[in-house]
Amino acid sequence: MANMIATREAYGEALKELGGKNKDIVVLDADLSGSTKTAIFAKAYPDRFFNVGIAEQNLMATAAGLATTGKIPFASTFAVFATGRAFEIVRTSICYPKLNVKIAATHAGLTVGEDGATHQALEDLSLMRSLPNMVVLSPADAVEAKQCVYKAVEHIGPVYIRLGRSKVPVIFDEDYKFEIGKGVKLREGEDITLIATGVMVAKALSAAEILAEEGISARVINMSTIKPIDKDIIIKAAKETKGIVTIEEHTIIGGLGSAVSEVVSQESPTYVERIGTMDTFGESGDGESLLEKYGLNEQNIIKKAKKILSK
Amino acid sequence: MYKDLEDTARQIRIDIIKMLEKAGSGHPGGSLSAVEIVTALYFKEMNIDPKNPNWADRDRFVLSKGHGAPVLYAALARKGYFPKKELNNLRRINSMLQGHPDMKSTPGIDMTTGSLGQGIAAANGMALAGKIDNKDYRVYALIGDGEAQEGIVWEAAMFASHYKLDNITVFLDHNGLQIDGFNKDVMNIEPIGDKFKAFGWHVIDIDGHSFEQIFNAIDEAKNTKGKPTIIIAKTIKGKGVSFMENQVGWHGKAPSKEEAEKAIEELGGIING
Repeated sequence: MANMIATREAYGEALKELGGKNKDIVVLDADLSGSTKTAIFAKAYPDRFFNVGIAEQNLMATAAGLATTGKIPFASTFAVFATGRAFEIVRTSICYPKLNVKIAATHAGLTVGEDGATHQALEDLSLMRSLPNMVVLSPADAVEAKQCVYKAVEHIGPVYIRLGRSKVPVIFDEDYKFEIGKGVKLREGEDITLIATGVMVAKALSAAEILAEEGISARVINMSTIKPIDKDIIIKAAKETKGIVTIEEHTIIGGLGSAVSEVVSQESPTYVERIGTMDTFGESGDGESLLEKYGLNEQNIIKKAKKILSK
Repeated sequence: MYKDLEDTARQIRIDIIKMLEKAGSGHPGGSLSAVEIVTALYFKEMNIDPKNPNWADRDRFVLSKGHGAPVLYAALARKGYFPKKELNNLRRINSMLQGHPDMKSTPGIDMTTGSLGQGIAAANGMALAGKIDNKDYRVYALIGDGEAQEGIVWEAAMFASHYKLDNITVFLDHNGLQIDGFNKDVMNIEPIGDKFKAFGWHVIDIDGHSFEQIFNAIDEAKNTKGKPTIIIAKTIKGKGVSFMENQVGWHGKAPSKEEAEKAIEELGGIING
């Protein structure tokens, strides 16, 4: 069994590390610092941590004001509030003036679990992807999540980092180098391509193992930057394999599946099967059971891959 | 006593009328009501350098009621941030003067605004940065009275007093009107001063067209330690143009050529000057 760490844990650790190196970093939270792990930064640098209380709109607009002075604010809360509740503030006060605000949103997707549909952000990638100037990151594991935080600080302009609540397998070695805008091929394959993001990358890898036992060679790509999307790696996959299955812990509308479909439809038409939630809200339950119920599992990936291969 | 500023305010009013007439759209009422406040800040109070608009230690101004952009543009142009002829291009395609303030397009704009309520929170962010860095710049924000109906205004109000932001001063342009009518009929905001007081602010009531009262209030705000100050400035929407004063219809409508000529004449200006 691989080492299991939640991406939000890596976020808190990265903030603490970076906070010592870069005095411009300021962290804001909306009464969830224990859950988002910004409390780790708050403990190390109390003078640069500000709790805004349960007020996500104010969280984003205050961060925008801080950024105008040269600060690098990290605004953190649950993904559903960071993107949905505060959407128009993020749009108008952060993205329109291209301010250097980093939004790190935790508890994205079904794996929030028992809190249910109100707290399961399944549309945050669509919302953030639609905003001009916004970079959208969705790391697969704790190693990559940490790197996303480091790269977000180097990038000048708004960045959205999608993080999860649950512990997920560690996929990458410590020397892994993440780059904004680059998909990473994790496994070679000639028959079919699986493009996954976030916690679904581990599932895609294990589905590819099972497919290999059946003689099907599946390429696996980790797409941790949803915007700007890595067109080259998608076009190459479209040309070299028979089709693409996208897998995301998110609605199939507007997220990774849409982004990949947009690229292939224009550049190199091929079959695309999208796995994600099918225009539905989630419900309460433990994370793994929810992923099963909504088809975010190895069996469904295998089914969709075979569906394309049978065409 | 404030003869020069009164003359500047009169010229700014004329600029507002001219630019809105040329643009064919925009917001005269709430621009004219805020003229003295903006003039006082830009032509006397604020520590700024038009040649270096992004100077890190400057005082900041956030026009949270972003639809009042014409008064800010007129002040910035007159102050030398950009050529006055740019005022002719307000709201036109490829112009540096957007319909609502855009910090990326216009030199001297400290924050992009136009969606109500967000500016006061952004101003808090600037004030907070000043506290973190021990800088002594001050942050001014101008909000509308209708704007106080936005929830984020109260989130921001709570934040400023919680973090003891005594380096922020907010003006509330209290002209009593919003798009659909009088505040008291659309959604009553009173007692607005008591509300801010309850949120931990120092509250000062003034006549927003009196330079003396504006400067006295600013001094009082500067001397108020440990809490933010709001200056509730009673104003007249459309101030200075008889047929626009206190008329709800002039919230977001540009004057025709004839109306503009009449307004400019009332303001003692030269029509083609």
